[in-house]
Amino acid sequence: MSDATSAGPRRVGGPAAARTSLLVADARTKRRNAAEARFRAYGVIAIAVAMLALFFLMFTILRDGSGAFWQTYVKIPVAIDAAVVDPKGNRDPSEMDDVLTMSYAGVLQDALARWTADNGVEIEGLKDSDYAGVFSNQARAQLRNMVLQNPELVDQTVEVPVLAASTIDGMFKGRVTEASAAIDKRTSVAQFQLANAMEEKGALATRFNWDFVTQPDASDNRAEAAGLGVAIIGSAYMMLIVLVLSLPIGVATSIYLEEFAPKNKLTDLIEVNISNLAAVPSIVFGILGLAAFINFMGLPRSAPIVGGLVLTLMTLPTIIISTRAALRAVPPSIRDAALGVGASKMQTVFHHVLPLAMPGILTGTIIGLAQALGETAPLLLIGMVAFVTEYPAAPPEGLFEPASALPVQVYNWTQRADSAFFERASGAIIVLLAFLFAMNLVAIILRRRFERRW
Amino acid sequence: MNMMKMTASALAAAALSATAASARDNIQVAGSSTVLPYATIAAEAFAENTDFAAPVVEGGGSSAGLKQFCEGVGESGIDVANASRPMKKAEFEACQANGVTDIMEVRLGYDGIVFASAVSGADFALTPKDVFNALAAEVVVDGAVVANPNTTWNQVNPDLPEQPILAFIPGTKHGTREVFEEKVMIAGCEEAGAQEAFVAAKGEDDGEAACSKVRTDGRSVDIDGDYTETLARLGSSPEGVGVFGLSFYENNTDKLKVATMSGVTPSTETIASGEYPVSRPLFFYVKKQHIGTIPGLKEFASFFVSDPVAGDGSPLANYGLVPDPELPATQAAVDAETTMTAPE
Repeated sequence: MSDATSAGPRRVGGPAAARTSLLVADARTKRRNAAEARFRAYGVIAIAVAMLALFFLMFTILRDGSGAFWQTYVKIPVAIDAAVVDPKGNRDPSEMDDVLTMSYAGVLQDALARWTADNGVEIEGLKDSDYAGVFSNQARAQLRNMVLQNPELVDQTVEVPVLAASTIDGMFKGRVTEASAAIDKRTSVAQFQLANAMEEKGALATRFNWDFVTQPDASDNRAEAAGLGVAIIGSAYMMLIVLVLSLPIGVATSIYLEEFAPKNKLTDLIEVNISNLAAVPSIVFGILGLAAFINFMGLPRSAPIVGGLVLTLMTLPTIIISTRAALRAVPPSIRDAALGVGASKMQTVFHHVLPLAMPGILTGTIIGLAQALGETAPLLLIGMVAFVTEYPAAPPEGLFEPASALPVQVYNWTQRADSAFFERASGAIIVLLAFLFAMNLVAIILRRRFERRW
Repeated sequence: MNMMKMTASALAAAALSATAASARDNIQVAGSSTVLPYATIAAEAFAENTDFAAPVVEGGGSSAGLKQFCEGVGESGIDVANASRPMKKAEFEACQANGVTDIMEVRLGYDGIVFASAVSGADFALTPKDVFNALAAEVVVDGAVVANPNTTWNQVNPDLPEQPILAFIPGTKHGTREVFEEKVMIAGCEEAGAQEAFVAAKGEDDGEAACSKVRTDGRSVDIDGDYTETLARLGSSPEGVGVFGLSFYENNTDKLKVATMSGVTPSTETIASGEYPVSRPLFFYVKKQHIGTIPGLKEFASFFVSDPVAGDGSPLANYGLVPDPELPATQAAVDAETTMTAPE
């Protein structure tokens, strides 16, 4: 009674039936063909919308974030004035230690004023604050460290590249224009012209910024110095903990449930709960982590060990579910054959089933890790959404020292007032995406190379 | 078998290293997101200029920070709580109950709260009365209490621009909201003489509460996120007016135009002199019982309020903090480790 037999061209006999040609489609066939064409079009549109959204996302992130990988540096001769940095004149680093970083601002300001005069740069309305404002606040710290490590530098002239302020940096990235400089309190038109003159004479140069991926975070008034170093280490430590804990626990659980456990109410309950656990919002794991690991076990706040443990709990269900699927995909004939030649149950599993399921298990694990890498919410409550400027030590001690994480750094930077942090947040997203992309690529390669089909 | 061994050894390693966790040598700070930038600047400078480990600074809000602060004494708790309002009596009592008995209250400076519009928009010269009449849920018209009928700013005050009322104000979870209600809405309510009418119409308690009630017809929008969200909202609706912290405005003067309040332009100078009315003190609280256990805690507290850090021309002042004229007294109190008494 289908459409094809009642009205199709193949209908045979019947006095009322008009003869139709197979070459000419009748109305019904046309409708069916049209419906199919429409369905295909919907599919294409759906893909196009998804691609467009992805493209838009990637485009805006790359446009906003690529600037973070370039940074402007100032390189002018700086005379280190003994009166400022060593008021007692003993060249003793322990005494010079008392001179705070803020005092070095004057040294830099004088150096630039002298450079301007020496190079015959004449700009109307240049104020002292315009000179000082060219340098990043980080430059003072850099200079101070240099002098303390090397007291002979006092009264000498040094010429090292130091960071330019984020407003100056913005001028070479199109973020700050002459018009916006006029109304921006942190800069001025005179400073804008000074920066251009400095660039012409080679005292300002923009170059690739490795510091962005190696240096720690910096405070709100040093956008130009902020980097991802501590966040990358923190994320790497957490992934290490997640991998070491969740892979063995997850695989052991799955093998037992799939191959050994009897089918009864208890195992059913466990299975249902594992599936439920996979759907628990991640912030809940954060609350659990705070209560169990910090308040009860007394582990330190802001430490990768706690973050890693919390993310392990979050990743376990993902790994268990994908491992069980991989084990189930191994044909029963393999098990039967192994058992048939006298292998024990455990030999069957470890010699035959597990190696064949390995590509699926690894893929699931990597996807689980990638998910954990991008997670911020559970880290909020355990103190990892923090401003950390010191690198943690190497494991195992380093696991207990404060660290940040990549997604956390994105979250922190988007909240800061200076618009240079927006660029850095987008830059951090690029780094995070690059890591996720690399992890997914490894998962795909593993699957392609080792997967078997029956 | 291998798996089992690996699991067992991994768990053993985790358990072992957990017990081996050594004493904490860095200061832990958490609390107000308004104080957060100042705390990070101070923490960074502290690490640069001393041999102590860099303090770890978290945000999270004044209430959350003080709650954590009062959870107890010991290394797993934070050492310093930042707050954009004084500690409340209930919080102080919670602290006492949990053994946090010696608390040093340190006022690090003042923060201004400003109204600003998109830089392309019209100029605003506001008064608390105008803001109240524009944003209150109910106003007094010809002696009668009515639901706010004003839809454009020039209906409120003929001198204001003729554009629809649209304001982005901090959500109720922000400490800034309390200051906004107290220093702008209630002040404006009194100035407009609406308070008596409210009290007459609704009784003592409800009448006073009506002063700080904000209209809910979509002309006043609560922003629960931070100032970057308010800035983004102004970007998409350039006719709006947003409430910002002074430091946020100072860092975004190329995108924002500030409104005067009763004829005074907000700046660190006008706030310090008291001419600009909408400001509030910022605090941090130090667990005195941790001094001696956590290295550098007292040094950090004194460093935070020292002249080169929090005084005139300091990095904090450059970022937008209004230096406290009574800073020397604060410094002396920190040096003497003076503890606070129960708040009113």
